[in-house]
Amino acid sequence: MAKIWNPEAECMSREEMHKLQSERLCSKIKEIYENVPYYRAKMDEKGVSPADIRSVDDLSLLPFTSKQDLREAYPYGLFARPLKDIVEIHATSGTTGKQVIAGYTKNDIALWGEVMARVLTAAGGDETSVVQSSYGYGLFTGGLGAHYGAQTMGAMAIPTSSGNTERQIRLMKDLGTTILCCTPSYATFIGETIRDMGLDISEFKLKAGVFGAEPWTVEMKRELEKLLNIKTIDVYGLTEIIGPGVGFSCEKECGIHISEDHFIPEIIDPETGENLPDGTLGELVFTCVTKEGLPMMRYRTRDITSITHEPCECGRTLVRMGKIQGRSDDMLIIRGVNVFPSQVESALLDITDVAPYYMLVVDREGTRDTLEVQVEMSPEFFSDEVRQLEKLEKEIYEKLKSALGLATKVKLVAPKSIARSEGKAVRVIDKRKK
Amino acid sequence: MFVKQISVFVENARGTLSRVTEVLAENGINIRALSIADTTDFGILRLIVQNPDKAVEVLRANEITVKATDVLVVEIDDQPAGLHKALSALRDADVQVEYMYAFVTKKEDEAYVILKSDNPQKAMAALTAKGVRVVPAKDVYEL
Repeated sequence: MAKIWNPEAECMSREEMHKLQSERLCSKIKEIYENVPYYRAKMDEKGVSPADIRSVDDLSLLPFTSKQDLREAYPYGLFARPLKDIVEIHATSGTTGKQVIAGYTKNDIALWGEVMARVLTAAGGDETSVVQSSYGYGLFTGGLGAHYGAQTMGAMAIPTSSGNTERQIRLMKDLGTTILCCTPSYATFIGETIRDMGLDISEFKLKAGVFGAEPWTVEMKRELEKLLNIKTIDVYGLTEIIGPGVGFSCEKECGIHISEDHFIPEIIDPETGENLPDGTLGELVFTCVTKEGLPMMRYRTRDITSITHEPCECGRTLVRMGKIQGRSDDMLIIRGVNVFPSQVESALLDITDVAPYYMLVVDREGTRDTLEVQVEMSPEFFSDEVRQLEKLEKEIYEKLKSALGLATKVKLVAPKSIARSEGKAVRVIDKRKK
Repeated sequence: MFVKQISVFVENARGTLSRVTEVLAENGINIRALSIADTTDFGILRLIVQNPDKAVEVLRANEITVKATDVLVVEIDDQPAGLHKALSALRDADVQVEYMYAFVTKKEDEAYVILKSDNPQKAMAALTAKGVRVVPAKDVYEL
């Protein structure tokens, strides 16, 4: 069983956690109210003052924040410390509008290292580990997040960043990388490239993969474990909160432990904003109680999941969240049906134990939405007989219909005809948005 | 005794067929016979080539989906009832034909028919018993 980096924090009793969170929340809200005019205005508008927040149970009195607030306050409006204390900036890709700018103080960087060290330790890492960070380095939080975690743990960090895959693989082999950190889709690409290069995975020292930044299914996890001959854990995070390290799965694979001594999660009804009980699906909301640079207050992540406070067999008492069921903002609505790309992936993996590449093409014919699912042909399910391939198409169609509750058009396409990505996988082309 | 046929997945898009022929040409592989089964979105290109093992290898190396299948090549007399003799032998032996296609040889009075059946062993026995000649693989590759 993998070690626990900070047992005092990760395994404390619920009572102790309640007390710690309450103390931290009260002082953080007071500080935010005093230092951030934007938050002060929001709290005044809702008629809540720092004195009303006496424990973590009062969290629901506070106003929500969203990406919209970050845009309005762009670039520095939500920073709670003067710029002279900010030592590093990260930002989101900004594909859906203005970039989100996150500022870190020295203590924030140390905090990031601490929570990422928890993740890497859960993956079996220690000071002897060789951690290859194949997330992008730069404004994206992935690369440096894994990097700081490795260094905090005392391991050796190899900052390969993403891309230049063959060179990465040579370094991985020659330097004896034991832990690979990247997106699951890039890990798949690395695994395929190792095979294409004619290398034998048993000649690598790789033991674990810490994958995240995009949704992946259990089936894909098993695939990757086989492909790279490793154990994998899931890392969760978002730039607004700190980057990767907000939460992680342990070897029990029963959800994602959230470092709630720093980031307090809530699940709310996305329509009404009401808090929902454990086990109920809703939108995940975070409040940062120790961060200094950008301490988000009840930040709405748009991630749909549920949480549970039951302790885990691994020994950690940290609250756990389930797999992200989708993001309310990348969820597709096709003929009134909610579709998450991950549902399509699960359905495809029901048919074959080999992960096929796929792409959803959404279009509109007249007023009718259409969903075409392109599936890449692979040697495993190719046949010289038309009826076998038509049967395969039919089988995929039926699976998707029962999984999505929607009729789709299934199209078998040539291998490698769907573009591979070295960052977040692109699974959807929505032609309706023109 | 069976002939290895190469089947290639071709998407119905411009340039996919020529991509296959390009790879074969670059590797000096001659095509002996071919047929295409097509549907709305994709086709299956079936080829008899001089060197099937090499063809599979070079096509795979170029990320083209390819599969080798055992088929029978049957020599048919170029006269009425020539093909019927072969097919009735298969019918009587309860062997199903999945698909077939013909190609011309350099011999004047014979044609070759390529047959994919659900049971190649049984098909071969039935044909041979009725005096239909099944052409040995090496003769087909070296036509």
